[in-house]
Amino acid sequence: MGFQPVKFYQTGTFTVGNRLLAPDERSLQSGEARSNSINSGHRACQGCGEALGARYAIDAAMAESNNQLIAANATGCLEVFSTPYPESSWQVPWIHSLFGNAAAVATGIAAAMKVKGRPEVRVVAQGGDGGTTDIGFGCLSGMFERNDDVLYICYDNEGYMNTGVQRSSATPPAARTATTMPVGPEPGNVFGQGKNVPEIAMAHGIPYVATATVADLRDLEYKVRKAMKMHGARYIHIFVPCPLGWGTASHDTIRMARLAKESGMFPVFEAEHGEVTGVLKIRHKVEVEEYLKPQKRFAHLFGKNAHPETVARMQAIADRNIRKYGLLEEEEVQNA
Amino acid sequence: MPNKPFAITLKPGTSLANLTGTWRTARPVYLDRLPPCNNACPAGENIQGWLFHAESGDYQQAWRVLVQDNPLPAVMGRVCYHPCEGACNRGQLDSAVGINSVERFLGDEAIKLGWKFNAPAAASGKKVLVVGAGPSGLSAAYHLARMGHQVEIHEAGPLAGGMMRFGIPKYRLPREVLDAEVARIVDLGVTLKLNTKVENIEQSMKQHGFDAAFLAVGAHIGKRAFIPSGDAAHIIDAVSVLRSMEGEDKPMLGRKVVVYGGGNTAIDVARTVKRMGAEPIVVYRRTRDKAPAHDFEIEEALQEGVMIKWLSTIKQADAGQITVEKMQLDDKGYPQPTGEFETLAADSVVLALGQDVDLSLLEGVSGLEIVDGTVQVSANMMTGHPGIFAGGDMVPSERTVTVAVGHGKKAALNINAWLNNATYEPAPKHELASFDKLNPWYYSDADKTVRPMLDIIRRQTSFDEVQGGLDESNALFEARRCLSCGNCFECDNCYGVCPDNAVIKLGPGKRFEFNYDYCKGCGMCATECPCGAIVMVPEET
Repeated sequence: MGFQPVKFYQTGTFTVGNRLLAPDERSLQSGEARSNSINSGHRACQGCGEALGARYAIDAAMAESNNQLIAANATGCLEVFSTPYPESSWQVPWIHSLFGNAAAVATGIAAAMKVKGRPEVRVVAQGGDGGTTDIGFGCLSGMFERNDDVLYICYDNEGYMNTGVQRSSATPPAARTATTMPVGPEPGNVFGQGKNVPEIAMAHGIPYVATATVADLRDLEYKVRKAMKMHGARYIHIFVPCPLGWGTASHDTIRMARLAKESGMFPVFEAEHGEVTGVLKIRHKVEVEEYLKPQKRFAHLFGKNAHPETVARMQAIADRNIRKYGLLEEEEVQNA
Repeated sequence: MPNKPFAITLKPGTSLANLTGTWRTARPVYLDRLPPCNNACPAGENIQGWLFHAESGDYQQAWRVLVQDNPLPAVMGRVCYHPCEGACNRGQLDSAVGINSVERFLGDEAIKLGWKFNAPAAASGKKVLVVGAGPSGLSAAYHLARMGHQVEIHEAGPLAGGMMRFGIPKYRLPREVLDAEVARIVDLGVTLKLNTKVENIEQSMKQHGFDAAFLAVGAHIGKRAFIPSGDAAHIIDAVSVLRSMEGEDKPMLGRKVVVYGGGNTAIDVARTVKRMGAEPIVVYRRTRDKAPAHDFEIEEALQEGVMIKWLSTIKQADAGQITVEKMQLDDKGYPQPTGEFETLAADSVVLALGQDVDLSLLEGVSGLEIVDGTVQVSANMMTGHPGIFAGGDMVPSERTVTVAVGHGKKAALNINAWLNNATYEPAPKHELASFDKLNPWYYSDADKTVRPMLDIIRRQTSFDEVQGGLDESNALFEARRCLSCGNCFECDNCYGVCPDNAVIKLGPGKRFEFNYDYCKGCGMCATECPCGAIVMVPEET
């Protein structure tokens, strides 16, 4: 894959910066010149993964587009906490669309810029998993199918969080939400067929699809920058833990994202024109249980009335991801 | 084109008006914790501090930080038993950082490039006598000289170094390394008087007008044990053997040499006589795991062909042979005789049973307390006699070069305070940066660099140094394995992971600051700090 991690120099590229690396080898977030696209004073919860992911992504897009960027934003947490009228945290031209039409609005902006002869102005659309995988799905698919020149970024926190933690089509099986209570023989969310939007995006054959997490900053920045270098419809799906909705400690947001990736629950990969071109390998593999246990939304799977069979089904999902995307280094596959 | 986001012409109402810091129930605070290596160092070195500079390749600065505490890095890098590495948190990750090998690299680099100590402070007008030019005396003299005092070392022997010269064999510490580091201390303005035995400390002080004295005469008298022996039996003590190795007349021990004892000195003697072409047998009354010698030294001795008879005591020594009795350990681990005897060929028997201190110079000094042949000192290293301080092997403690160097530094600080009619108050120790305070995810995986060892044949036949050093590239590699436990090394993680942009970057070398106007107190910075340099403190309600 294109992202070349530095595996040495004390902390290599694992940390945000590293004084032992040349300045241009450090992450964008380590520099004072980062655009801080989403400013202090926003009303996201303590330890919000989405606020962090949005800054990571939009700062990278700003840098890559020479600050010539317009963002369309679906309704959702990100819009609510960043822009309660009349104040805004955004340091980019930003428009609030409806819940379901961010992709279409962004398409319109891109078309307008083309008509105005402003090819340097780039467009991103962004939304949460509700606005992307559920409500805005039709517009999104249309944008992909027409190959409109828009980068769509989905911040996936696995539910409708600001409205009171309801289930979305991105909510994992067995998770407790306000609408999937832990009652009955199979408590929590159902084991459905799943709705893997990155793969659906790949099925459209668009130029670029990638997943990323807030725990892998260098990989995330690399993917956003790469996407911004391309034209046509591009899709990046960023995994952003939600302390409120998941019932995790606010200081554990990055740790949760890391555990999701290291357990195989959230595969991190990139694809061009429908083909996977690279995966971020698991560094220190963990069992799914280690990822699930700190989350109160999975608390009913453990303790007095434990559901080990449900945990095993979750583990099977992770194992399938590991197999499917080849998430382990070869030697570890042999040892497993 | 102005570097301004497209289409922004008016200032929007900004969220900066919303001071989210009011949400906070706990605030992050930067702190320095005590790295375990520093905590374990008997010489009180700021190991993490000097590794920090070595990591960026600034070896001279690293060396300067190192010698703030210890003036003998090239010696240390060879003879120190590195308790720092035993405490190193990296040991719980893969293997401890090779601190000792980096220290040696810095020490050798300083000798090679001729680095000098920083000039001493302005002259204080005070005179201090240091008795003994061993590690403790040299260390005290160095620190006192840097504080501006006039220092004279009186050394009874013909050369400086003490046990570093007359106890530690050349294959562990080449003499030119020792000479270079001693010379550098003398260059500070320390007067070194060799062949000057202090017969009476009070007299010497009065006669030459010294304001204080530091005694560090070491422990050079080999302990004797009563062994029934015939007239022709050749029994000699280990200290004499090692000392005579430095002179013109090498000791005459014959071919079969029995070394009696299980400490490092016994092993040193055995390895030394092996190199002289003899066949050493170490006789020790207990087992290998109970022997006081360091296991790696035993291992190296065995590799070189030294024989060791465990669980044996010498009952009788005669011309050409000795009788040993086999022992067995009782329930408490003490050796008990079995009544089984055996004879061994022995042209000579070397006793390595520990050493005593020559206390003759203290005769008639009031207020001293001597217990078990060692001088008692208080926490400030002063003996019962005001103005006379003592350290090194002559006071009760572990007898290693590093401990001695630490004594010298501690005594110097206290002597300096005493000369100024003050008491030295050490700065309170920071909380220990234990492994659970770290976030090890962020450190690259990297195994320890192994130092080259001399060929076995040359180890058996020459006094060439056994263990080699690291070169520049692998010393840098090794330094960069440091986790910087408890001390910010500017990885920018806090600055990057804050969802509220509430961390202010102050620039290289200046670390960071929190902007409490916006910090919501989520604690992500503290959790994701690799080295545990941030703590969450509850806000007052």
